Amino acid sequence: MSFEPKILGIACNWCTYTGADLAGTTRLEYPQNLRVVRVMCSSRINPSFIFRAFQLGADGVLVGGCHPGDCHYNTGNLYARRRLAVTRKILEFAGIEPGRFRVEWISASEGNKFAEVVTEFTRQIKNLGPQNKFKISQ
Amino acid sequence: MSRIGVFVCHCGLNIAKTVRVSELAQFAATLPDVVVAKDYKFMCSTPGQEMIANDIKQHKLDRIIVTACSPLMHEQTFRKVLAASGLNQYLLTIVNIREQVSWVTHDIEEGTAKAKALLNGAVYRARLLAPLTSRVIDVNPDVMVIGAGIAGIQAALELANTGKKVYLVEKNSTIGGHMAQFDKTFPTLDCSACILTPKMDSILQHKNITMLTSCEVSEVKGFVGNFDITIRQKARYVDHGKCNACLACTEKCPGKGVSEWDEGLVKRKAIYIPFPQAVPQKPVIDRDSCTFFKKGKCRLCEKVCEQKAIDFDQQDTFIQVKAGAVILATGYDLMDTKPLIQYGYGKYPGVYNALEVERLFNSAGPTGGKVTMRDGREPQAIAVLHCIGSRDKNNSEHCSRVCCMYSLKFAHLFKEKTSADVYQFYIDMRAAGKGYEEFYNRIIGEDVKFIRGKGARVAQSPDEEGRLIVEAEDTITGKFIKVPVDMVVLSPAMVPRADSRDIARLFNLSTDKQGFFMERHPKLAPLSTMSEGIFIAGVCQSPKDIPDTVAQANGAAAEALTIVVKDKMELEATTAMVNPASCCACQNCVRVCPYGAPFFNESKGVSEINEALCKGCGLCASVCPSSAIIARHFTNDQVLAEMEGLMEF
Ligand SMILES: Cc1cc2nc3c(=O)[nH]c(=O)nc-3n(C[C@H](O)[C@H](O)[C@H](O)COP(=O)(O)OP(=O)(O)OC[C@H]3O[C@@H](n4cnc5c(N)ncnc54)[C@H](O)[C@@H]3O)c2cc1C
Ligand code: SF4
Ligand code: SF4
Ligand code: SF4
Ligand code: FES
Repeated sequence: MSFEPKILGIACNWCTYTGADLAGTTRLEYPQNLRVVRVMCSSRINPSFIFRAFQLGADGVLVGGCHPGDCHYNTGNLYARRRLAVTRKILEFAGIEPGRFRVEWISASEGNKFAEVVTEFTRQIKNLGPQNKFKISQ
Repeated sequence: MSRIGVFVCHCGLNIAKTVRVSELAQFAATLPDVVVAKDYKFMCSTPGQEMIANDIKQHKLDRIIVTACSPLMHEQTFRKVLAASGLNQYLLTIVNIREQVSWVTHDIEEGTAKAKALLNGAVYRARLLAPLTSRVIDVNPDVMVIGAGIAGIQAALELANTGKKVYLVEKNSTIGGHMAQFDKTFPTLDCSACILTPKMDSILQHKNITMLTSCEVSEVKGFVGNFDITIRQKARYVDHGKCNACLACTEKCPGKGVSEWDEGLVKRKAIYIPFPQAVPQKPVIDRDSCTFFKKGKCRLCEKVCEQKAIDFDQQDTFIQVKAGAVILATGYDLMDTKPLIQYGYGKYPGVYNALEVERLFNSAGPTGGKVTMRDGREPQAIAVLHCIGSRDKNNSEHCSRVCCMYSLKFAHLFKEKTSADVYQFYIDMRAAGKGYEEFYNRIIGEDVKFIRGKGARVAQSPDEEGRLIVEAEDTITGKFIKVPVDMVVLSPAMVPRADSRDIARLFNLSTDKQGFFMERHPKLAPLSTMSEGIFIAGVCQSPKDIPDTVAQANGAAAEALTIVVKDKMELEATTAMVNPASCCACQNCVRVCPYGAPFFNESKGVSEINEALCKGCGLCASVCPSSAIIARHFTNDQVLAEMEGLMEF
């Protein structure tokens, strides 16, 4: 059987989650490997969420928020952007391939972008294969 | 131990087609703490809701999971079911297996597997949910309407007539918008001024309306029920409190500026009113064309003004307004057609855009309603080119919806006012409104020549100076044609205002691909936005005609009223709080919060959060080094548990 990765998504309510809904409303198909957690803003995302996702066995993590400057809470995602950049560094340092973690700014009107990103990211994670570095076996 | 009920919706076949719903319910029954699990055709229907309510009572459920469409669709619907059954509404979890599962796959295996994982995550999360109490706030009873075209005017009057106080904010020195530039309106050809000017006058007279012209919003604070908005009023250099609208000043003024109202076809004075029926009737001075501002000498207007209303020292002023709800009605611009060099706009004087032609037809316009061209000639042949920039992937993909109709209106008016041959170059004739097809048929009968093919190029005639050649492919005969004319009218795309993204930012709205304001839901909430208490009406949402604009304006007024009609409203309880026992007093939260909600309590030595200001983004919770902040409904434990559930399958 081919490798079907598990990808954790964390999306802000106002842009990316709504964009994902739009992808559905317009019936765009994309791979079903992504499971999305909805938070109000990308700024809610604590770096520990990302590490925990890899521990739980995620093969990839996708974070989605509003375009910088368009955050529903004005400056929220500007903080998120910086914090997630540091998170990426730490992940690299810890030996997680940088390609397993992605941050995308997807607005509420970008259903097609959401579908494209998920499709592309899933393919990338498939190429990287299973993630065992952080995974804690249950 | 909690007692969870899981309710799986088929949504007819919308979900059931690509997710095995009964298998999903059986799966749910095996998950921890799940006491009942059922599937049903339409969970949001009355029987579906009753089923949930009954099960809450019968099985003493204390957590409800509805596995259905997006929470953005029906979270409120199901929250009400919980509340009516005596259960705290925040104990509801929605699992989105329609928009984010069944609608994005064809594969029932994949769909069912993903739905199971999402449901498992929801069960893990639901077990950790806590009841929350909604906050109740006072609502400011006033409404602000931004943009005073027909949309804003209509919405303001409608609200004011219910007794509500309305602030109508307009960027221009007059209200009226584009409709006030037209002479006649399709499809009835009634006179625009005759139906609009009485409404403009009512705005001025209405005791409940404060009209703020030459004004723009510069800052927005607060939230639904309590917006705190700063308006910048541009210096007019005329004290409108003193001015009695005699207009003696405008006669004497030697300054010359380009008339924006007449689309640049003529000059106007430096102290001016844009058009004779402008509201207010009081003039403003345009600094850039005023001789005094340019050369330091003149002040003729000041000399003739008996009211001593001229004030060259006037400054921009800031006005502070509070409102419970806001309606945006900022309208549209026409696309700038200069970059489409194949049409020669700006190069050949015989090429006009649609709004310029509206001014030529208007009896109060630059030619007194006569159709004469820039060189003074009356055209003998005229081509009207539809879809310039519209329905064009390189420019605006959308159909501007009204151009076919106003192009037909132009044909009629050209026939009425000149003896010219009139050609219509169109791709498709879109005449879908009430009375539109009839109007089209009427124009066909008026000896107008229809060419089915988009105008491809406008060129100078090699033989006759001042003559233009329109080139196109006639898609009915399949032949390339060249039609010599004197005048070319471009019907360009209607596009969002140049500053629409800035306005969207101020009010926290999303814009669509083109930049028009996005509605909350394309079908069920076309006038609401993602920002609660902010509504949209008219062309700022998407191109439309006057009847649809007016209908939207009335709708937006009613929506705004549902907020300001109450003196109190409930706000989401999902705010953040500090656990004082863990706070290390670093004050990170105080520094990052976009709303200044956290503050440092010196006497207790810890930070606290002012709930009235908190909007629940959760930013502070994720920067707190000691995990002292609880982002209600999105606590660390809740989010991590959901993730664990998602990753298990
Ligand atoms: C050439 C042409 C002919 C047409 N003919 C017809 C017709 O015959 N019949 C018909 O039904 N429809 C016609 N239409 C369509 C019609 O123009 C629109 O349906 C209607 O004008 C939309 O009104 P509105 O209030 O939404 O926008 P607008 O008329 O654009 O009004 C918006 C107002 O908001 C103000 N504003 C903008 N930004 C701000 C800001 N940031 N702050 C404060 N104020 C702001 C503007 O100054 C303006 O006063 C025609 C359109 C065109 C282009
Ligand atoms: S002359 Fe004075 S009173 Fe008369 S319109 Fe001009 S500013 Fe107003
Ligand atoms: S960030 Fe956390 S620890 Fe720092 S002051 Fe705020 S609540 Fe206290
Ligand atoms: S949740 Fe957001 S709005 Fe509320 S206090 Fe924290 S940072 Fe401020
Ligand atoms: S709300 Fe989308 S990133 Fe803040």
